[in-house]
Amino acid sequence: MDFYIGLKVLWWVLLGVLLMGLAIMVGMDMGVGTLLRFVGRNDGERRQALNVIGPHWDGNQVWFILGGGAIFAAWPTLYATSFSVFYIVMILLLFSMILRPVAFEYRSKVAASKWRESWDWVFLVSGVLPMFIYGAAMGNILSGVGFHFSWDGQYYQTESFIWYLLNPIAILSGLLAVSMSVYQGGTMLMLRGTDPIASRAKNYASVAGIVAAILFIIGGFMISGMKGYTLISGDPGMSANPVSGQVVEAVSGGWMHNYGAHPILWLIPILAIACMLLGALFLRANKPILGWWLGALAWIGVLGTVAASMFPFLMPSSDNLNQSLTIWNASGSRYNLIWMTIFTVIFVPTILAYTTWCFRVMRGKVAKPSAADDHAY
Amino acid sequence: MDMLINPTVVELSRLQFALTALYHFLFVPLTLGLTFILATMESVYVITGKPIYKEMTQFWGKLFGINFALGVATGLTMEFEFGTNWSMYSHFVGDIFGTPLAIEGLMAFFMESTFVGIMFFGWDRISAKAHLVVTYLVALGSNLSALWILIANGFMQDPRGGTFDPNTMRLEFSSFVQLIFNEDAQAKFVHTSVAGFVTGSMFVMGISAFYLLTNKRKDIALRSFRIAAVFGVISTIGVVTLGDALGFIDAKAQPMKVAAMEAIWNTDYHTMSAPWNLVAFPDKAAGKNLFEIGIPYVLTPLLTHSEDTVIPGIHQLVDDAKPKVVNGIKAMIALKAYNLDHSDTQALATFKQYQDDMGYGFLAMQYAPNQDLKQVNASNLSSVVDKTAKETVPNVWVEFWAFRIMVAFGFIMLAIFAFAAYYSLKDEIEKHPLLLKLAMWSIPLPWFACEFGWITAENGRQPWTVYNMLPTFVSASSHSVGYMIFSLIGFVLLYSSFIAAEMYLMFKYARLGPQTSHHGHDAAPAGGGGMVGQPAFAKPSLDKK
Repeated sequence: MDFYIGLKVLWWVLLGVLLMGLAIMVGMDMGVGTLLRFVGRNDGERRQALNVIGPHWDGNQVWFILGGGAIFAAWPTLYATSFSVFYIVMILLLFSMILRPVAFEYRSKVAASKWRESWDWVFLVSGVLPMFIYGAAMGNILSGVGFHFSWDGQYYQTESFIWYLLNPIAILSGLLAVSMSVYQGGTMLMLRGTDPIASRAKNYASVAGIVAAILFIIGGFMISGMKGYTLISGDPGMSANPVSGQVVEAVSGGWMHNYGAHPILWLIPILAIACMLLGALFLRANKPILGWWLGALAWIGVLGTVAASMFPFLMPSSDNLNQSLTIWNASGSRYNLIWMTIFTVIFVPTILAYTTWCFRVMRGKVAKPSAADDHAY
Repeated sequence: MDMLINPTVVELSRLQFALTALYHFLFVPLTLGLTFILATMESVYVITGKPIYKEMTQFWGKLFGINFALGVATGLTMEFEFGTNWSMYSHFVGDIFGTPLAIEGLMAFFMESTFVGIMFFGWDRISAKAHLVVTYLVALGSNLSALWILIANGFMQDPRGGTFDPNTMRLEFSSFVQLIFNEDAQAKFVHTSVAGFVTGSMFVMGISAFYLLTNKRKDIALRSFRIAAVFGVISTIGVVTLGDALGFIDAKAQPMKVAAMEAIWNTDYHTMSAPWNLVAFPDKAAGKNLFEIGIPYVLTPLLTHSEDTVIPGIHQLVDDAKPKVVNGIKAMIALKAYNLDHSDTQALATFKQYQDDMGYGFLAMQYAPNQDLKQVNASNLSSVVDKTAKETVPNVWVEFWAFRIMVAFGFIMLAIFAFAAYYSLKDEIEKHPLLLKLAMWSIPLPWFACEFGWITAENGRQPWTVYNMLPTFVSASSHSVGYMIFSLIGFVLLYSSFIAAEMYLMFKYARLGPQTSHHGHDAAPAGGGGMVGQPAFAKPSLDKK
């Protein structure tokens, strides 16, 4: 196989790894934020819940920032186009994301209950909204997005943002992402929180696992019936230029073609469903560690399912099918991907090592912070 | 042909980017500088074992935390905004510009953000030495982060390491070495991170001065004051030196920026006597300074570090641009023909002939009829060329004054730090309440200097997003005005409430001061909350252990 094609596929896999890392780690923190008002019935309990992720949310959030940076570098055209096409939605996502660090840092610094109550609402919004948008974006990408390019690579868009938030597949995918994050966040609260927070979290998380499985199955049926995209011709080794060079067709059921050609791919969605249901079961049996890893695997299964359906598409265009973004026409250059790979090989294991160390240092149950404890949130 | 570029949307996108970047840059310098001051204090603690230095680290660390959160939050905006608002830019340079941003995440930001949690929460969980290492890693992470961001910015100022590929219609990454050893990036990194040290020093020194004036925790205040004053002297000298180096580099790489900074309209061939304008009132429309006071013989040695280098004025640079515009138009017409038909080798050959000036062709688009360069003909060519060449001049008035305010504040701070360090090392600082007051009231100075520095660098880069290659005008996403107004209003509302909360908390905790703690008081209200209105000194420890 041509080296450049190999690099493109490698970076497609790494893009997936990033989106999974982001979904698992940031999703977990968002889930805690979503559940904050429900598992914590008074200020002390809420502070305890926040401190479960207190030392780690900042590091976890970097998955999100790194995701942005890596897409920018390795998939410049995808970054340029997807962030602009979904403008209003992205701005809403951004607003809710930037409220979160501020909420962490400010919430417990003033004792007035109105102040804290307001920030608790911020945690709810900045937990639900980003996850909903994350899921909805996936749903929208599956249904094809209204954009095309002029000769110089400038994109133009043709659909309104309301549609991107309110079409059925977007809503379904959004809710799926929210429930998976609630599952993951609840699991973390069980792991490091004490009762009554932990037992409340158990109820929410196990239900969220089952809801996620149901939504995922419904989504599967919807996608199998809708229009999918197929690459008729296009050289995988082409220079990355989205304007011309591909022929694409849209056919009903097109997203199932890869599964038809390689039935072994069915294992991926089966893995997702199994992990969600088993996870819910293990949480009921008070096994949060196992539950946490099953939740992580479920994310891998869900995003893997999307990836397996769409390969080699990244973001199909419903406007000008031939200008759909694929792994072949939207990547960085060969030279760039080589350097990106070198840095990734060195730094991702380093990051995983020190992140693990930090989690080890802070391991153990988080008690309710004493009112005087100023090192806590 | 698709719809035309709407200049209003471009202007609104610029406004939004400038506002959010300037706002982000309110928090970055303090993070850059304060981390190293914290690490220094903690080093003293680990070496001497004196608990007061731990207390100092924890107290200043709390103020650091309040600032850090907003730095992280507003940094997210920057990472998004290239994609959400500068689509054509991102597509055009993402292959080389995105890479340093990604590396920044991998190498620096991850480290900084992961360890900052341990820095705040890990005091009781790891040994003092391990904690010191963690603090240094946070400091190193934040400064490495600045390095990669400024490498990315350096590419916008002086694009090196990328090659335009007509088949992908973008600048492709071609030399890692050229990208990271870009002179502009290197000098600006040191200039900027040292400016952060200046900011951190002024912050710590000013607040310590307040405690000395109000007789609060003198043990901590005196020590903090001394560390900050010495740090301040060294770093201010560093900032000025690197600023001078940057001017020297820019005089070669961005002559137009330098001409605007100094408001030089006409090339002076009697180089020995060229005056350096101390003050002036530049008028871009008239093409001259309505008023100026200059110091003769200073300009040439100051800028070029030599006595006989000719410094081109704005008028000459505009004239120099005209043939480039003509070539650029040819290049872009050929490039379009080639892109519509890849077998058109004639067009490709024409493009390659004029490729060096393609940016000027892009720049001419806004003055071509219907923004279509093909409609430039013999009758309108000279008018398009004239307008485009004039377009290469940034806002001279803003450039001139932003630069002067930055420099003036730099020297004022140098003087304050010098006196403060002198008296503080002689242990006489408390005898000089006026100096203490001056130090306190000078806290905002470094922020102003940093913001005006940003304006100098980025206003002077206009009309380009990538110098001489990609104009700002074609870089923006094709949004509607309504979209832009929506996001602008959102940013203004959100950011205003953030700054209000930030200032409130900063003032509250700074006024509160380090607590009279080391004898183990107890039961402070949560997070210091609800303490407003109580006499600050009545407050017991916030630092357990």
